[in-house]
Amino acid sequence: MAIVSRGFRGRPRAGGDRLPPGQYLVEDFPVLSAGPTPRVPTDRWEFAIDTEEGETHRWSWQEFMALPQERPAVDIHCVTRWSKLDTHWEGVSLDVLFEDVESAAEYALVHSYGGYTTNLPVEDLLDGKAWIVHRFDGEELAPVHGGPARLLVPHLYFWKSAKWVRGIRLLNEDWPGFWETAGYHEYGDPWREQRYEGD
Amino acid sequence: MTADHLDGNALAGPLAELFAVDVTAATGRCASCGLAGPIAALHVYGPEPGLVGRCPGCEEVVLRLVRGPGSAWLDLRGALSLRVTLPE
Repeated sequence: MAIVSRGFRGRPRAGGDRLPPGQYLVEDFPVLSAGPTPRVPTDRWEFAIDTEEGETHRWSWQEFMALPQERPAVDIHCVTRWSKLDTHWEGVSLDVLFEDVESAAEYALVHSYGGYTTNLPVEDLLDGKAWIVHRFDGEELAPVHGGPARLLVPHLYFWKSAKWVRGIRLLNEDWPGFWETAGYHEYGDPWREQRYEGD
Repeated sequence: MTADHLDGNALAGPLAELFAVDVTAATGRCASCGLAGPIAALHVYGPEPGLVGRCPGCEEVVLRLVRGPGSAWLDLRGALSLRVTLPE
């Protein structure tokens, strides 16, 4: 009689196949910071995309809020190992912001009020993969979580989703950001556990 | 304002792993504003994803320390100098 073993599968984890390797689930929303929380009034807020040719596209808060809004519901994964499922946001797709931007640059350096930076390939910002969000769970995004607006790139570790986002510089060469120059991975794919340089 | 940071004494343990001297007792000079003072007086954010020591005068980054498995990364770009007191 043939015996078919199901083999070892390990203990089923909460979160199932939505939880990348080495992560655990949280219900709260941990705050990690590398500096004081900037307070940016929306009447002084602006967002800009600078191209490699020196062209700048700018949006005031009013102009930004007048753009078509989306409500992404996504899972987020922090490099410090917590993951949070089904987070609800509201904001503008980067596809909308890049609509009139003429650029052949492959790399983006995102910069924030307060001086934070992070880098990622331009293609990771496009095709419905990234947003500038200003609401979380139906409320205005709190300053400790990056309000008035933050980048949301849920398919990469959450340090790429820069809080207090101010602009994106498009570059022909990859330029590592704040954590990427201090040991963290260039790309940061949670499913490949790209936490540190060389992972 | 409520303190959302620790003071530089929080750096003593992690830096002791790298250096023979107690770096928190050294005098650092901020590369941004020139203020000099003990590393123990920095405003420290973290510990995760990494320790970030900021100048108590201008809040610019003086020191960053990331401890990964098998490696530590130390960035001192924001410090012009470190003065370490040694025996004669």
